[in-house]
Amino acid sequence: MSDTLKLSQARKGARGVIVRVGDHRHHGQEHAAELERRLLELGFVEGARIELLHEGLFGRDPIALKVDDMRVALRRHEAASLTVRLDTAAI
Amino acid sequence: MDMHVRTARVALVGNPNSGKTALFNALTGAHQKVANYAGVTVERKEGHIRTADGRTMSVLDLPGTYSLRARSPDEEVTRDAVLGKLAGEPTPDVLVAVADATNLRLVLRLVLELKAVGRPMVLALNMYDIAQRQGLRIDLEKLRAELGVPIVTTVATRKRGIDELIAAIDAAAGGLSATAENAWVAPDAEALRGKALEAERIMKACVRPPERPDTLTGRIDSLLLHPVAGLVILLTLLFVMFQAVFTWATPLMDGIEGALGMLGAWVATVMPDGIWQSLIVDGLISGVGSVLVFLPQILILFLFIILLEDFGYMARAAFLMDRIMGGAGLHGRAFIPLLSSFACAIPGVMAARVIDSKRDRLTTIMVAPLMTCSARIPVYTLIIAAFIPNEQVWGFASLQGLVMFGLYAAGILSALVVSFVIRKVFWRGAVEPFMMELPAYKTPDFKSVLFNLWLRARIFLERAGRIILPLMIIVWALSTFPYPPEGATQPAIDYSFAGMMGHALEPIFAPIGFNWQMVIALIPGMAAREVAVAALGTVYAVADPESATSLLGATLAAQWSLATGLAFLAWYVFAPQCVATLGVVKRELNSWKWMWVMVVYMFGLAYLAAFVTYRVAVALGAG
Ligand SMILES: Nc1nc2c(ncn2[C@@H]2O[C@H](COP(=O)(O)OP(=O)(O)O)[C@@H](O)[C@H]2O)c(=O)[nH]1
Repeated sequence: MSDTLKLSQARKGARGVIVRVGDHRHHGQEHAAELERRLLELGFVEGARIELLHEGLFGRDPIALKVDDMRVALRRHEAASLTVRLDTAAI
Repeated sequence: MDMHVRTARVALVGNPNSGKTALFNALTGAHQKVANYAGVTVERKEGHIRTADGRTMSVLDLPGTYSLRARSPDEEVTRDAVLGKLAGEPTPDVLVAVADATNLRLVLRLVLELKAVGRPMVLALNMYDIAQRQGLRIDLEKLRAELGVPIVTTVATRKRGIDELIAAIDAAAGGLSATAENAWVAPDAEALRGKALEAERIMKACVRPPERPDTLTGRIDSLLLHPVAGLVILLTLLFVMFQAVFTWATPLMDGIEGALGMLGAWVATVMPDGIWQSLIVDGLISGVGSVLVFLPQILILFLFIILLEDFGYMARAAFLMDRIMGGAGLHGRAFIPLLSSFACAIPGVMAARVIDSKRDRLTTIMVAPLMTCSARIPVYTLIIAAFIPNEQVWGFASLQGLVMFGLYAAGILSALVVSFVIRKVFWRGAVEPFMMELPAYKTPDFKSVLFNLWLRARIFLERAGRIILPLMIIVWALSTFPYPPEGATQPAIDYSFAGMMGHALEPIFAPIGFNWQMVIALIPGMAAREVAVAALGTVYAVADPESATSLLGATLAAQWSLATGLAFLAWYVFAPQCVATLGVVKRELNSWKWMWVMVVYMFGLAYLAAFVTYRVAVALGAG
């Protein structure tokens, strides 16, 4: 069974595919729209493969991700705007 | 064509970490000029290149970016420079897109976006050596056809492909690739998605995944980004860095001080006594010298920073520190500038340019002078030696060392509190997103490290020199004129403007336990903190205070109460006693207002801290 969740809730080792970029509940707000564009520019697009590689010490924040073949660091606050579908065969 | 008559203009655009700086250096060598764009604080780097047949072209290096879309007022400058909309900046004739060949996806999207600008473009596939080592196969012919731009492969650090790149730029500048009207509009989310899909398709068509992908970065990261081990390593690195800055630099600093002392003494023998001798010896040589002595420390600090940047560690340090500093409202990237400020706030303030968000950068600059710079050390050592007994506590720690540590901690702690307050008061809690690429690790290239070190030292000296020289002369004039009357009994400074100001300001400082001698010493001490030590020597008429620190210490211990000594230390933790820093802050923020905010808040804190320290100490019987 496939499982979608916000990337901000994922734990270290999680792998999957981005299914939605942008927090559509807040749509129309300039801030949310700007965040969506910045995420897209950094390679977070629908269909990109991601893997959560590392977590910070305090509050497991920020997180280091592999997005396709590059590495990106992100706060969980921003990761909340990304929805991912985790691999079913996740470890 | 008129292109051949005037100098062609080239602009470098590319993602961060693509080797854009290295390519710019390879293209222009030492012929580069770093300044600010008129009226704004964005750095403008320009250099010149020579074509094979001897003509010159000017190259503009633009800040690394993922998109032409401006996300901050500062980035509008980059965009407008590319589009030729910036007053006083002609439109570039050729755009050079710089790409990390091993990390093409994002830059392909940028290239697709840049095509809309309608200028001739050349794509430089940099780091081609790494791509080849990894066995990454890029179908250059196909990529050229897909993108419709000429492609040159380069290895910036080895200067490979540079001549070919220059030839390609030259061909594009004079060439047949027609210049079209600018059709660029800021892309919205849908346009970005479209371009990302297109880039992905081109990737699939032209690039075969590496046969020997980089697994080293991942393995190093498991250690360096480990929540606990990573922080321990970071702290160890910092410790080593501090040791290096303070111990390696000492002999060099002593050498510079000795040489300047000799120069001053020599000038004093060849020039007749009088105002010009005084201006040159006491104003220029000792003033400039007080900044120059920090050059060894700054060079060592820069060396560490450049090595860590080139290795790819700085982004990891920002990752590790983000949450810790984020609690105080600072961005993870503020880490580097604040670190530099322990040597001297001036390079720290200048290093804040790495922070792309304007607010975060401003907060960082505002708190950078609170970090204990090395100019405070002479003041701290003098007062601690005079007032704090040299004894052991808890069996292992020296009390003097603990006080020193406490002063450093007070600086760091207050910086965290102040940035928290700035965020709450001025930004009303707005949080800038933290997201950045973690570049693949690379072995730093020896030659380019040295080159960058030299460039940064040059920029530091130019900037600091331009600001410091005039200020030194003002401070010198204040402490020299007017001359003492005939038969004066007090030291000459007592009769000068500085002396008058000291006496006039004394009532204000009395509540915090400062006597008029101290207040007078504060005025030349504005030039640089450690000058206060020399000034105290002058007012207490101790000859040659530099070599006789113990004598001055004994005098102070006899004349001041313990409470006064402690209040003076507390004052120096906060006081913005360095006009050069204020000058650089004004320049970097391009704002008098923020410089004055800094002056007021720092003097306010200094007064408050000294007041509380003095009163508490008096109440405890140390008055
Ligand atoms: N092996 C290799 N390393 C490079 C090349 N170009 C740049 N570098 C290194 O890549 C790192 C980042 O380069 P830099 O010019 O600072 O990147 P920028 O952020 O785009 O300005 C540095 O360590 C450079 O020495 C290249 O062509 N080959």
